[in-house]
Amino acid sequence: MASTEIDVFDRLGRRFAALGAWIDERFPMTKLIKEHATEYYASKNFNFWYGFGVLATVVLVLQFVTGIFLTMNYKPSATEAFASVEYIMRDVDWGWLIRYLHSTGASAFFIVVYLHMFRGLLYGSYKKPRELVWIIGMFIYLCLMAEAFFGYLLPWGNMSYWGAQVIVSLFGAVPVIGNELAEWIRGDFYISDITLNRFFAFHVIAVPLMLVLLVVVHIMALHEVGSNNPDGIEIKQYKGPDGKPIDGVAFHPYHTSKDLVIIIIFLIVFSAVVFFAPDMGGYFLEHANFEPADPLRTPEHIAPVWYFTPFYAMLRAVPDKLLGVALMGLAVLLPFFLPWLDRCRVKSIRYRGWTYKVALGVFAISFVALGYLGLQPATDIYTTLSGVFTVLYFAFFVLMPFYSRMEKTKPVPTRVT
Amino acid sequence: MAESTGFSRRHFLTVATAVTGGVGLIATAVPFVASFRPSARAQALGAPVEVDVSKLEVGALLKVEWRGHAVYILRRSEEMLEALHADVALLADPSSEKSIQPAYAHNEYRSIRPEFLVLLGVCTHFGCAPMARFEVAPADLGPDWPGGFYCPCHGSKFDMAGRVFSGVPAPTNLEVPPHRFVNDSTIVIGADTARNA
Repeated sequence: MASTEIDVFDRLGRRFAALGAWIDERFPMTKLIKEHATEYYASKNFNFWYGFGVLATVVLVLQFVTGIFLTMNYKPSATEAFASVEYIMRDVDWGWLIRYLHSTGASAFFIVVYLHMFRGLLYGSYKKPRELVWIIGMFIYLCLMAEAFFGYLLPWGNMSYWGAQVIVSLFGAVPVIGNELAEWIRGDFYISDITLNRFFAFHVIAVPLMLVLLVVVHIMALHEVGSNNPDGIEIKQYKGPDGKPIDGVAFHPYHTSKDLVIIIIFLIVFSAVVFFAPDMGGYFLEHANFEPADPLRTPEHIAPVWYFTPFYAMLRAVPDKLLGVALMGLAVLLPFFLPWLDRCRVKSIRYRGWTYKVALGVFAISFVALGYLGLQPATDIYTTLSGVFTVLYFAFFVLMPFYSRMEKTKPVPTRVT
Repeated sequence: MAESTGFSRRHFLTVATAVTGGVGLIATAVPFVASFRPSARAQALGAPVEVDVSKLEVGALLKVEWRGHAVYILRRSEEMLEALHADVALLADPSSEKSIQPAYAHNEYRSIRPEFLVLLGVCTHFGCAPMARFEVAPADLGPDWPGGFYCPCHGSKFDMAGRVFSGVPAPTNLEVPPHRFVNDSTIVIGADTARNA
């Protein structure tokens, strides 16, 4: 009895192996799995900060799946869009869940990505040899902002409408060609049905394609140079007799099993928001967006969704329109140059001097404070505070070549701790 | 055979192919880029509109839609016109040098006839719709407020001729759209005698 059972599994095993070999002769399946999972060695001392990359991928998949199902009932036209979202919410079976997963997923995406980027700042993940990993990541962030902006118009609520109106008129601040440029983006003299239709195309086809492509390139570049770690040590420099990094463990099964726990914790928190506070008190879904777009009436208090408010606060802090827009653009561009602005050789904050620790602390506080101020009405005191934090935000980058050069660092160990 | 210059026939052909291909790509991109401009239908829908202003009361504001934007038509009272001389010191561009208006509205009242003010209801900052706040010195706008338009988005202020106050984010006065009087009671918005009569 027992021997026949073994026979069955044995035969099944042989079949699978044969199928694998058949595929491997035609497609590098086993090779890819080895390179990117079972024989991709990442440092064994990863902490929770290293979970946000995986979470970003999880949210990306979630947004794709929920997004595809939303398009099946959504209508990208000015007369039907708002009603079709209400239809999804009320009449489509489980439509409310799919829509809330997608809208909460948008905010979750930014939370996860901001923490992922902050991890990079903590442990110097943007430094040589990972400059391209960082820059590709910044392009992903840009795409994400575009994706969020285009998607925000689709429900065609009044905040959608005026949010798009304000952002598109940012382009109107460009000297000489500004007005034509804004008209070209809208395809009309105002945010109209034409604009909605093309934003839909960007949101569901053009930008997601770019996102997927960039994510693949991001991971390829990462796996070429290897993951950084909380000690900022290159584990490839210390290999055992088998040629594998002594301080590394295989991504699969070791890191994947740990990532699974992180994913479960994330999904618990995420579900709690989806089920109990999908509008997050007006932060994830703004209240003014529960009424249809009205081209003739601006909402009383207009603010973008929370993930854009740090930049929005900077825009408002500058009294000059063109200068404000230029500054906002610069705020998004500066992080691209981080690998060259930072002149300190030590990667991890664990072994860096007090100057960088203070600078990063001030930067993080400024970013959060700007995010808060961008949500508030523009009173004098708030505008002044926004100005102060804007200066601090820029100081982090602009002064970095100086304070990072004369930094007193601690000795970096040769092996991970 | 002479000494090679390093620039071979093959080199030349490679560069020529790349350049020709590049030009072709750019030429192909033109229709795609151009397809983004306002379509013929959008332009047709942006045609001029006729407004009957005979029933507009003195001191009242009429909002009409032109190209998806609100156009404000205000029938100003004598007091409102008087106030325009008093607030000049508070303004950023009192004589509308930096602002957009047709030549026939480039005057002290920013209008063809002083009584009728025609403005684009689009804040010159980021395009929100300014609200009519014609009451003098209300609690929230302060004792200096002479009456005018207030933008709820970023707090820009404009007077009864759409002229912007100093120290607010909007850079220029509210735009005066092209318009003309067909007769005493009808205004056409979006067309003037100069361009399309």
